[in-house]
Amino acid sequence: MLKYTVRRLLAAIPVLFGLSIILFAFVHFLPGDPCRSLLGQHATPEACQRLRENLGLDLPLWQQYLNYLDKLIHLDFGASIINSKPFLQEFAIRFPATVELAVGAMIFAVGLGIPLGRLAARHAQGGIDAGVTVISLLGVSIPVFVLALLLVYVFSVQLGWLPSQGRLNPRADFEPVTGFLILDTIITRQWNLTVDAISHLILPAIALGSIPLAIIARITRASVLDVNNEDYIRTARAKGLKEKRVDARHIMRNAWLPVVTVIGLQVGGLLAGAVLTETVFAWPGVGRYVVDAIQNRDYLIIQSSVMIFALIFLVVNLLVDISYAYLNPRIRYS
Amino acid sequence: MTAAAPTVVPVAERRASRGLWSDAFRRLLRNKPAVLGIVFIAIFVGAALLAPIIAPYGPLEGELVNRLQPPSPQHIMGTDLQGRDQYTRILYGAQISLQVGVVAVILALAMGAFIGALAGGLGGKVDAVLMRSTDVFLAIPGLLLAIGIIAWLDRGLWQLMLAIAVTYAPIFARLLRGSLLALRESDYVIAARSIGAGGNRVLTRHMLPNALTPLIVQATLVLATAIIDIAGLGFLGLGPADPRTPEWGTMLTDARRFLQTAPWLVFFPAAAIVISAIGFNLLGDGLRESLDPRLKR
Repeated sequence: MLKYTVRRLLAAIPVLFGLSIILFAFVHFLPGDPCRSLLGQHATPEACQRLRENLGLDLPLWQQYLNYLDKLIHLDFGASIINSKPFLQEFAIRFPATVELAVGAMIFAVGLGIPLGRLAARHAQGGIDAGVTVISLLGVSIPVFVLALLLVYVFSVQLGWLPSQGRLNPRADFEPVTGFLILDTIITRQWNLTVDAISHLILPAIALGSIPLAIIARITRASVLDVNNEDYIRTARAKGLKEKRVDARHIMRNAWLPVVTVIGLQVGGLLAGAVLTETVFAWPGVGRYVVDAIQNRDYLIIQSSVMIFALIFLVVNLLVDISYAYLNPRIRYS
Repeated sequence: MTAAAPTVVPVAERRASRGLWSDAFRRLLRNKPAVLGIVFIAIFVGAALLAPIIAPYGPLEGELVNRLQPPSPQHIMGTDLQGRDQYTRILYGAQISLQVGVVAVILALAMGAFIGALAGGLGGKVDAVLMRSTDVFLAIPGLLLAIGIIAWLDRGLWQLMLAIAVTYAPIFARLLRGSLLALRESDYVIAARSIGAGGNRVLTRHMLPNALTPLIVQATLVLATAIIDIAGLGFLGLGPADPRTPEWGTMLTDARRFLQTAPWLVFFPAAAIVISAIGFNLLGDGLRESLDPRLKR
């Protein structure tokens, strides 16, 4: 197990290395004059000179790259060119909002997707199966931001059941502790605010969770059907085990494996989808931070954001692979 | 032996491949969801091709006095903020999505197939280097990579195509490499090699045609995601350089502020995106089932 983990960790190093080269090139080979691209058309020559020194643009290319690498290793992700706020700090402030959103989306997707997939498999080729197939088709075919807009229209504009903007009632006077608002309101025992925070989370979480929901339902169905055909399932049934026990101990134990992998793979999509979801719901997370950076052409922020997103994606997939190996002895011992 | 091979192989191959494709096509037409998908795609492609003929107005023409009108006989999908006819703009929007989507996917296929064929065909160090490179691109969540590329190249149709192509090329590369590796060990490739067929010939005549079907299926499915991505990028303000361009996602950016007063501005572009995405998803799934002879019922 340890050997496997170490091997997987080592495999991530060349990827990070390649990523650093691409992101270095991203900023250092911006089309046109880097000063104009980074500071805008009306930058003064002094500002340009300062930027050149800051970025070390006058140094040879390989040295610039090594400098960049050195900064990365020391977790120095630079600062905004617009307002010189440090990236890491700004990112950290917004990160809990995005994590809360992503966790909400994943709870929705897994909590509904797995039962739907199992249901469809149990009634394969029947009406329920067809219904689940349609749901998953819609899930992968409706863009996140389109679903978000439709949800807002139905549940906020028409029915007035749920709020459509932000994470908390703006009139609520609340000082966050950890930044995870639902957790914070529970810690401080402000239950009415907990309800408010959850009601703000529902629509964004559904919108963002729709694609993983569709994919998880599909994979669960296929995986359960696959395992169902195995000899050991027939054996389990033949020896007279209750269907419930066959399901829990024989089918799901094995059917889980591909589902876990897919859940891990969805994390990348969640990060990208968060950019769109946060835009629709004015959710103050890292997705909007990136969108703002793009609109301001704040290239250093874009560069660092992509790096962090990729890093999170790699770490999550590593964790998934390790848990996969833990769940599946066939991988662990090979 | 080597002299006889070229005269025998093409005949057998032609007949086999004609059988495979017509067989697959017949199976596809028996698949109801796939036919529905083809119908949706036909609507989408028809709208794109016929836009200049069937559109009642010009995509950019409109009077401010007519702004935000609900659907009516004159404007069956209502008018937008500038008083432009939304039905017209949706038809022209199909042109943009189809153009950008198809070019992007073809570009992605070309790039991916080139990398995949190189990696799977040559193997060894080339394979290792190329696959690690695709790992790097796959580590950046899809839409973010496209966002980064457009931030770098600035907005525009070509940039949009390129951004989406680069995002999906690694997927095609890995897919083709995977099938080539599997095929390398297959009996008929070993047979071809054993009768003295050269490396190039084995790759182009025996391996690539057989590795093609998963690529076609994947390309169809990617076209659905590409249309969704184009709209998403447009929605974020990263679509065509001219904000007046009737791109579906860009149209939604303006429309969302009027969700309460003019919801038709959201519904129709949304429906257009969803219908075309469903079309390609259904066709892709249908193709997967019909092109795989092992699934033959």
